[in-house]
Amino acid sequence: MSIMSVPKAPRIWQLAERRYRLIGTQCLKCGRVFIGPRKICPQCGSRELRDIELPKRGKIYSYTVVRNPPVEREKQGPYIIAIVELENGCKLTTEIVDCSPEEIDIGTVVEAVFRKIGEEDKTGVIYYGCKFRPVK
Amino acid sequence: MNFGERIPAIYGWGSYIPIYRIKLDDIAKAWGEDPVVVKKGLEVEEISVRGPDEDQVTIAINAAWNALKRAPEVNPKDIGAIYVGSESKPYAVKPTATIVAAAIGASVTIRAADYEFACKAGTEALISVIAQVASGMIKYGLAIGADTSQSWPGDVLEYTASAGGSAFIIGPKSTSSVAYFEAQYSVATDTPDFWRRDEIKYPRHMGRFTGEPAYFKHITLAAKELMEREGFKPSDFDYFIPHQPNGTFPIRVALKLGFKIEQVKPGLLSPLVGNFYSGSSLTGLSRVLDIAKPGQRILLVSYGSGAGADAFSIVTQEAIEEKKRLAPTVDYYVNRKKYIDYATYLRFSNKIYGL
Ligand SMILES: [Zn+2]
Repeated sequence: MSIMSVPKAPRIWQLAERRYRLIGTQCLKCGRVFIGPRKICPQCGSRELRDIELPKRGKIYSYTVVRNPPVEREKQGPYIIAIVELENGCKLTTEIVDCSPEEIDIGTVVEAVFRKIGEEDKTGVIYYGCKFRPVK
Repeated sequence: MNFGERIPAIYGWGSYIPIYRIKLDDIAKAWGEDPVVVKKGLEVEEISVRGPDEDQVTIAINAAWNALKRAPEVNPKDIGAIYVGSESKPYAVKPTATIVAAAIGASVTIRAADYEFACKAGTEALISVIAQVASGMIKYGLAIGADTSQSWPGDVLEYTASAGGSAFIIGPKSTSSVAYFEAQYSVATDTPDFWRRDEIKYPRHMGRFTGEPAYFKHITLAAKELMEREGFKPSDFDYFIPHQPNGTFPIRVALKLGFKIEQVKPGLLSPLVGNFYSGSSLTGLSRVLDIAKPGQRILLVSYGSGAGADAFSIVTQEAIEEKKRLAPTVDYYVNRKKYIDYATYLRFSNKIYGL
C-alpha cells in the first residue's frame, strides 16, 4: 500500500457519531428498535422513525474467540467477538475487551466502553466506536 | 478573586484509567537496574498502561462519559465549549475535542480545541472553560486532561509515564453544582526542563534540573501567589493537590509550603498508577471530590514543563454527596487491574517500531 492511500474516511465518518454513541432507530408507529439506520420499518412498513440512544449495558448472548485474526489485526489475537443483548432486547455484534476468554460466559453483564476500532494505516484516519467490557 | 455574578462551579466530575498495569520491578528487570533503588527514589509501585485499542482520545471520552453521569441536569446540547489538554494526541493535527463533542452528543454550535502545555494542558483547558462560564459566553463547558504519557524506552521517565485522565462539567454556581471556584492564579517562565521536538516520538528532559528550578519553583510560586492574594494559609485548606510526576515530589512540595501529609495524601495517585501528565493533578482532584464533604476547601496546583503552574481554590457544596454514587470512583479504576510483562507493555504502548 502506498503511503498516501486513497482515504476510505468519508464513508466511515458519515456513520461515526452513530457508532460513538450507539445510536439506533425506533419506529414511531409500532415502537420497534433497530441497531442501524432505517428509512422504513421492516416490521410494520411505517416511514416514521426516529434516532434513539441505545442502552449502554447488556449481557453476552453468544461469543467466539478469534485465534486466527484477519490481516489488519495480525498479532493482536486472540480476541473475543460477541453478540450482546442490550437491556432493551436489541442485539449487536461487538468486541469484548479488558478480559480473557476464561473470564466471560453467556449471560455475563457487559457495558459499553469507547475504544479504537481501527485505522486506515499509520498516516490515515483513526476509527473509533463502542466495544463492551465485563461489569465488575 | 471576584468572578462577578456567575461563579464558575463543577457540576460533574469523572475519570478513566486503563485496566493494564506494569510493576516497576518488571521495568527495572528489563533494563538491568535495581528495583529497590528505583522504587525508593520514585515512591511508585506500578503504573497504568493503555490497552492496544486505547489512546488519548478514548481515555478523554470515557472520562467525559463519567463526568456527564454525575451531571444529569446538564443536557449535552447546552455545553458551549469543549477543551482538551494533552501531550499525546494521536493526531498531531486534528482536534481531539471534536471527537469528544460527537461522542457526547454535543451541539454543532460549540467551541472546541486542544491545549498543549506539557503536564498542565488540562488545567489550561479548565481555565478557558471557567472564564467562559464566568463571562456568560457559555452556560456549560467541558474541560478534560488526558494522556497516554510518552517516554523513551530505558529512560527514567518510563518508570512513571502512565495512562489516564479526568473530565469536568463546569457551569454557573447553583444548588446542583458540587464545588465552586474561589480563585485562580498562574505563573509561567521560559524554562527548558522537559520538551519534545516536532516529529520526535518521545520527550527529553534535564534530569535533576526538573526538580528545584522547575517543579518546585513554579508550584511554590503559584500556590503562594494564590494564598497571598486571597489571604489564605495552608491550614485553611482541607486538601492540597499538586502535580504528581512521582510519589516523592508532591510530598516534598507540600511540606515545603507548610501543608501536612494528611492534606496531600487523599489526592495523591502517582504511587498507585504513575503520572498521567495532563491528567495527573486533575485526577487527584477527581479522587478528592470522590470523598470530600460539603464545605471543604481544596488547593489544586498543576505543573507544566516549559514551564508554568496553575493554582485553583475550590470549595465543595451540598450536592456533592448525592452525585458521588452516579459514576465509578477513581479508586474503582485504581483497583481494577491486570498485570502485563515488559514485552506486552512495549506492544500495547506502540513502542516497537514497525508494528
Ligand atoms: Zn414499525
